[in-house]
Amino acid sequence: MTKEECKQVVLEIIEEIAPDEDLEGLSHDVRLRDQLDLDSMDFLDIVMELRKKHGIEVPEEDYPKLASLDSCAEYLTPKFNAVKAGA
Amino acid sequence: MGGRSLKPHYDAIVIGCGMAGLAAGIRMAMFDRTVLVVESHNAPGGLNSFYALEGRKYDVGLHAVTNYVPPGAKGTPLIKLLRQLRLRREDLDLCPQRGSRVAFPGVDLHFDNGFASLGESVASAFPEEIDGFRALRAHVAACDPFDASAPVLSAREVMGRFLRSPLLTDMLLCPVLYYGSARENDIDFDQFVILWRSLFEEGFARPHEGVRVIIRALLKRFREVGGERKMKCGVRRLHSEGARVTAVELEDGTTVTADAVLSTAGALETEALCAAPDPAARSPAPESGRRLSFVETITVLDAPPADLGAEETIIFFNDSERFHYERPEALVDPRSGVICFPNNYDYGDRSLDEGFFRVTALADYDRWAALGSDAYRAEKEAWYPRLQESALRFVPGLGMDTVRAHTRAIDMFTPCTVKRFTRHIEGAVYGSPRKHRDGTTRFDNLFLAGTDQGFLGITGAMLSGISMANRHVLSRG
Repeated sequence: MTKEECKQVVLEIIEEIAPDEDLEGLSHDVRLRDQLDLDSMDFLDIVMELRKKHGIEVPEEDYPKLASLDSCAEYLTPKFNAVKAGA
Repeated sequence: MGGRSLKPHYDAIVIGCGMAGLAAGIRMAMFDRTVLVVESHNAPGGLNSFYALEGRKYDVGLHAVTNYVPPGAKGTPLIKLLRQLRLRREDLDLCPQRGSRVAFPGVDLHFDNGFASLGESVASAFPEEIDGFRALRAHVAACDPFDASAPVLSAREVMGRFLRSPLLTDMLLCPVLYYGSARENDIDFDQFVILWRSLFEEGFARPHEGVRVIIRALLKRFREVGGERKMKCGVRRLHSEGARVTAVELEDGTTVTADAVLSTAGALETEALCAAPDPAARSPAPESGRRLSFVETITVLDAPPADLGAEETIIFFNDSERFHYERPEALVDPRSGVICFPNNYDYGDRSLDEGFFRVTALADYDRWAALGSDAYRAEKEAWYPRLQESALRFVPGLGMDTVRAHTRAIDMFTPCTVKRFTRHIEGAVYGSPRKHRDGTTRFDNLFLAGTDQGFLGITGAMLSGISMANRHVLSRG
């Protein structure tokens, strides 16, 4: 999986969790919280959807790594590839 | 349900199929937990249920869904709730109110969804208080009512820092207390903040078909995510070993085990189910203050109330110099109460088939429960017109004679009815005066949600179930 594909997966999850948010034109290097109305409950859901849909575990101390789309891709892409390789 | 047999073990068992229990169940089942919701009553909904009588559909409890915000609003409890349960706004069919009022002797405060009309109303009725009122609003806006570590303060005390007029204080408290206080004559300030926002900053709405629309949406969602339900079968006992609940024994004799148990039954009610009673919880004064319950009269009219002269949605009334929100020394306290005309929501091109006129007032559970069945019926018959008459003093356009001439059917519920639907001790509508904000109990895997956890109203109840499920089950991996 590429970083771009990883971002797409994260965006799909956000779209499902917060269908009332407009995801067009998001800056990839700016915190999602600063561009969208997402609270800690929503971030918990992103983590749980990653586990449920993709078998990816994000320990609580790593939540800050999901701050922006760029940091999500940085952190999650290797995890996606590891899950794929293991499957 | 439907004779399907239960599993021997669930990831989570939820006690109570009301708003909080269903919302908690949905959250846990959404993330692949096996969930069983058990309910002693045959109907779902708990305090906010519905029933049919002589072919007519009635709502219990629901006057209004609070926390209404228009489409496009962000970050409010209603929006969080929809997101967390993956419901669409349309699923709840929320139609906004037409306008409500607090009516005290000689003074009225009008309010509507959004804050503007309340602000104008206070400015015109209490010009000398408007600066204090604005400062109070700013203080409420700056508070975090979900900070469980904050000290429990009295709302009256905090309001006293901003307002000099006891009348204005009482008028603002009247809707807040009636729509959510388990304490006499006051409310914890954190709950005041939640209710202030849900009533005044946000507002009232109602689905065209009433509370059943919301219950149906929750049941459908719960089914979709694979939750199981067992109705008409309460919990007989919670078995425990040390600090863990080990098994849930149902009233039909079945025993099931679960990693976690979420109870919406109430704090003391849940404690009473524990097989090894906690001696501390049995002490004579486990909670401060008396439990509060209500009566409600329901009148079915052959015309819309607006055609008969009543155009408002909700009217909170009080006829006395001070507002007494306390357990009465009589079956009913008709001095104050809440009037609701469910027709007066903006249903667009839809309307209700019949007119409805409901009046709620404080009542004493013990006095109602002590009556024999003949006396119980006789007292209902006697109080029905008394309460209606008391309320109609505050609806200038609608007289008692008009109501009588247009009445098609009547019903009335008492604290005993509330007890039957909710099993809350003494029919306490808002549960125990003492709230358990973090939801924990003396058992490591038993948690409280719903009324006694402390988020209020229908939206609050659902958010309580959601946040307790998130915090105590889902976040623990």
